[in-house]
Amino acid sequence: MSAAVSPRQVVIVGASLAGLRAATALREAGFTGRLTIVGAERHAPYDRPPLSKQFLTADVPADTALPVPDGLRARWLLGRAAVRLDPYRRVITLADGMRLPYCGLVIATGAAARSGVVDGEPGPEQGVFTLRGRDDAAALRAALTPGRRLLVLGAGFLGGEVAAAGRALGLDVTLVESGAVPLERAVGAEVGAFVGTLHREKGIDLRTGTTVTEFGTGPDGRLKGVRLADDQLLAVDVAVLALGAAPATGWLAGSGIEAVGGVPTDSRLRALFPDGTTVPGVVAAGDAARVPQPLADGAAPALGHWAGAAEQGAAAARTLLLGDAAPAFAEVPSFWSDFHGVRLRSVGLPGLADTVKVHECDRGARRVEASYHLDGRLIGALTIGRTSRLAAYRRTLAEYTPR
Amino acid sequence: MQITVDLNTCESHGSCVFAAPEVFSFDDDDHLQYEAEPDDGLRAVAEKAAASCPVRAITVVPAS
Repeated sequence: MSAAVSPRQVVIVGASLAGLRAATALREAGFTGRLTIVGAERHAPYDRPPLSKQFLTADVPADTALPVPDGLRARWLLGRAAVRLDPYRRVITLADGMRLPYCGLVIATGAAARSGVVDGEPGPEQGVFTLRGRDDAAALRAALTPGRRLLVLGAGFLGGEVAAAGRALGLDVTLVESGAVPLERAVGAEVGAFVGTLHREKGIDLRTGTTVTEFGTGPDGRLKGVRLADDQLLAVDVAVLALGAAPATGWLAGSGIEAVGGVPTDSRLRALFPDGTTVPGVVAAGDAARVPQPLADGAAPALGHWAGAAEQGAAAARTLLLGDAAPAFAEVPSFWSDFHGVRLRSVGLPGLADTVKVHECDRGARRVEASYHLDGRLIGALTIGRTSRLAAYRRTLAEYTPR
Repeated sequence: MQITVDLNTCESHGSCVFAAPEVFSFDDDDHLQYEAEPDDGLRAVAEKAAASCPVRAITVVPAS
C-alpha cells in the first residue's frame, strides 16, 4: 500500500487541466514507462475559466488550448470515455470495449454541469443551455446574439459571469437567484449584496428569492418563456442553467469506490475504498476528487477550482511515483471570478465561515476586502480590486496545521 | 536565472505572489512588481510561480 513500486504503465483518465498536469509531473519526475491519456471529449486539453468570460465576448473565440510540453510521449485516446474500472484486476474499460491495463491510474474526469431544473422535467430542446465544456461554450456563444433575451438561472460565479457576458454582448439579461443575494453562501451577505448591486448597475434584471418553475416552448420547439415561482411570466429566447456541477464519477459504479461528491482520497490523493483502505495504484485529482483540506480539519469539501486541479494533478503524479515519501497535499485553495470588469479573488475556504469581517467595501472604487473566520480562526479571505492584500492572508492560512 | 513576465498577458491574478513572494509582489493598485534576476536559490519557487499563472505570462530561464 505504501510501497513506491515504480509503475511501468500509467493511465490518466481525463484529458483536462488536472490530467495534463499529472502527465507533465510524471515525466518531470523521471517516469519513463508507458503513459496513456484518455479523454471523453474529442478535444486536446484546454482551459476552462475563459469559457464563461473572454470566450463568449471576444470577436474571435479565445483559444483555450493548453500547451502540451515537448517530450510528454503520451498515447492520447480522445473522444473515448472510460466506462468501467476493475481495481482488483487493474483494468479500465472504454466505451468502445477497449481494455486498458494499468500499474498506476490517475482519476481526473472532472465534473459535469447540473441540469434538470423543474422536477426532473426536460426543458425545451432548443434554447436551454448548460456550460461546462468547450462545445457547450461554442453552442452558447452562437446563441447569444444581440437583441435576444437571456435568462440565467443561478447567480453563482458561473451564472454571474454568463449574465455579465450577455450584457456585454447587448442582450437583455434576467438573472434569477433563489437566495436573498447572489453568492450568499459562498461569500456572505454583504459581499453578495455588493455583487448584486454591480449586476444591477450594469443593467441586469436581478430577481432574488425566486426560481424558475416552468419552461414555455413554442410550436417550433424553441424556448419562448419561463414562469417564476411567483407566477410571473418572462419572455426569453435563451436560458442558461448555472446550477453548479457534480463530479463525473458515474463510470466508477461497480468498482467498489463510493464517489459521493467526488472520489474520496487520503492526504496524498490516493483513492479510498469505503473502509478507508487505499485503492492500489489509484490516485485522484481535480474536480473528480474529494481531497481532505487541512484548513477544514481534514474535511473534504468539493471545490472545483482551477488552481486545485493544477496542483492536485501534479501532486497525484508524485504520489504514484513516491508513495508515502510524497508530501501530503496542503495547498491553500484559491479561486477567482471575473465579471463587469472586476475580479473577485479568494483564498482559503470562505464558504465554511461562521463570521465575516468586511474591512473595505467601496462601491465607487469597486474595492472589497473581507476576511472569513470559523470558531474565531481565519479560514479565508476575499478581495475585489485588492489582490495585493491576499498574499498576507494566504501566508497565515498556509501556516495552519490541524489539531 | 532570468525571469520575464509578459505584462500584456498578465491579468494580476496574484498566483505568482502566492507561490514566490520573494520574487513577485503587487503595488496597491494590483500592478505586478518582480525581480528579473533573482538568486538561483529561488529557482524552485519561481518555477512554481510560472506553473501557477493561469494565463502563462511568466517565463523562467536558467542562467547560461
